[in-house]
Amino acid sequence: MDILKTAPSLDSIVSTEKKATRDGFGAGLLEVGKKYSNSLAMCADLTGSLKMQHFQKEFPDRFFQAGISEANMMGVAAGMATAGMIPFTGTFANFSTGRVYDQVRQSIAYSHKNVKICASHAGITLGEDGATHQILEDIGMMKMLPGMTVINPCDYNQTKAATLAIAEHEGPCYLRFGRPGWPVFYPEDREFVIGKAWQLSEGSDVTILATGHLVWTAVEAARELESQGIRVELINIHTIKPLDEEAIIRSVTKTGCVVSCEEHNRYGGLGESVAQLLTTKLPSPQEFVAVDDSFGESGKPDQLLEKFGLSKPDIVQAVKKVISRK
Amino acid sequence: MADIAQLQQIASQVRRDIIRQTHFASSGHPGGSLGCTDFLTAMYFEILDHNPEFNMDGKNEDLFFLSNGHISPAWYSVLARSGYFPVEELSTFRKINSRLQGHPATHEGLPGIRVASGSLGQGLSVGIGAALAKRLNGDHKLVYVLTGDGELQEGQIWEAALFAAHHKVDNLIATVDWNGQQIDGATRDVMSLGDLDAKWRAFGWDVMQMNGNDMKRVLKIMDLAKKRTGQGKPLMILMKTDMGFGVDFMAGTHVWHGKATNREQTINALNQLEETLGDYPYSGSDL
Repeated sequence: MDILKTAPSLDSIVSTEKKATRDGFGAGLLEVGKKYSNSLAMCADLTGSLKMQHFQKEFPDRFFQAGISEANMMGVAAGMATAGMIPFTGTFANFSTGRVYDQVRQSIAYSHKNVKICASHAGITLGEDGATHQILEDIGMMKMLPGMTVINPCDYNQTKAATLAIAEHEGPCYLRFGRPGWPVFYPEDREFVIGKAWQLSEGSDVTILATGHLVWTAVEAARELESQGIRVELINIHTIKPLDEEAIIRSVTKTGCVVSCEEHNRYGGLGESVAQLLTTKLPSPQEFVAVDDSFGESGKPDQLLEKFGLSKPDIVQAVKKVISRK
Repeated sequence: MADIAQLQQIASQVRRDIIRQTHFASSGHPGGSLGCTDFLTAMYFEILDHNPEFNMDGKNEDLFFLSNGHISPAWYSVLARSGYFPVEELSTFRKINSRLQGHPATHEGLPGIRVASGSLGQGLSVGIGAALAKRLNGDHKLVYVLTGDGELQEGQIWEAALFAAHHKVDNLIATVDWNGQQIDGATRDVMSLGDLDAKWRAFGWDVMQMNGNDMKRVLKIMDLAKKRTGQGKPLMILMKTDMGFGVDFMAGTHVWHGKATNREQTINALNQLEETLGDYPYSGSDL
């Protein structure tokens, strides 16, 4: 039957509207609340920013305001999980990781607690607030914790689906999403499977592995490359950990080179995980579209993506470079 | 009311277990463990309404969380002596491939432990979460947390203090091991805690005090404390103890916070503590 399946193609990837991934989380969380009576939500004074007000309004008894006390919030969530609850914590990515790393490490990860750490405003697309809030190291911190699942969805629909998927999953999860309105293109009815990559196009010249907001940027870059005769295999790695090694190896075996794209420091992110995989199993040329070991700064999301080398031309250039290294 | 003499006999054996575990491991924290022995013995053999079979979710039973995880030798001893795991397993304390890690953990599946502790300041928050879950589940049992006093220097403790009062977590009884000592010396010299009674009251908690090395007082105050739950406020018990209580040369000093006794000191200590329930065997040692 496989032969009858239509090959994934960029032609089928369309976006007619922009919505923020955090709105996808808010919508997903509401669904989680309806589906799981043992689900809980906690927020550290950012209910509106995280779009958790829908859950709060519908399930006031299962919503807990933590105030600006993220360390305590993580501990309380761990205690709730001990009793068989499914707690979802909400705050900015910066305050969900670096600020509370030891709490997440000891009370949640090491203790195998079923806590869902939901983190908004990740990366530089947070924009004007600047580097204090634009965490670019969070994927690295969280993927280093044994047993932690790390997911960075690409749009509203995928974030909503991922929110439901982590509720179903037993074990600690880190769900990373962002602030700005962003093209919606993930099929609404598509099943989201943790650790299973989404292939958007089939090609033989280069593999592009993209996560988070940069998946859409990669779609645009791939279209331009296709118009220049470069056949791109674009794969969305929404789950950084566990990594879909099979999908990556299968694709790079065919294309012979890879470009990783992420809104994260090049140290510790998706690209690093891919490099570790390929170095041990299939040594191949790789280029990194990622922040080059830097903090962010204030500005508009598009300006920042351009300044920090995360825009369409950067991906196009990285692809050409990596192909030349084959 | 429990037989005080019987509890004191158990406590004596627990103290022997603490000295032997730390001696055989050549490491660990005997000082605070000895100071909290009477309290932990009272908890597990009298106060807690707990199931002999360990279930992680702890539904319909009282729960205990140890936040100052370094006094694991005392906790392991009362857990073993109250039937959570074989007493013989105490001989594996801090050894390779043991479920009795230096600091308590769930990772190896040791029954009786619901969350890892050791990095300080986290257990009170966890206990609050468990207490809220009980409330949501319509479970009327209580949650108990023990913290150290030096541990109160952690900011998370005060985040938890605000949170518990705000959310009226009144099915929670926290206890501070108020021994006035920490690694670098007396707490008043390292980082003064000031008026703890006033501080906790100012944070909206009900506060009681007790002598944690007087079994009779511990039973009485803990019984009174139970009756003060369910009134809209979390409850804090400031428990005065002596670090090293029960062994003369270890009492009242921070020196034995994180230091094991040598052979001669071990013999000296064990001579002061009656063997009441039988020492667990330790291969290759006559102690």
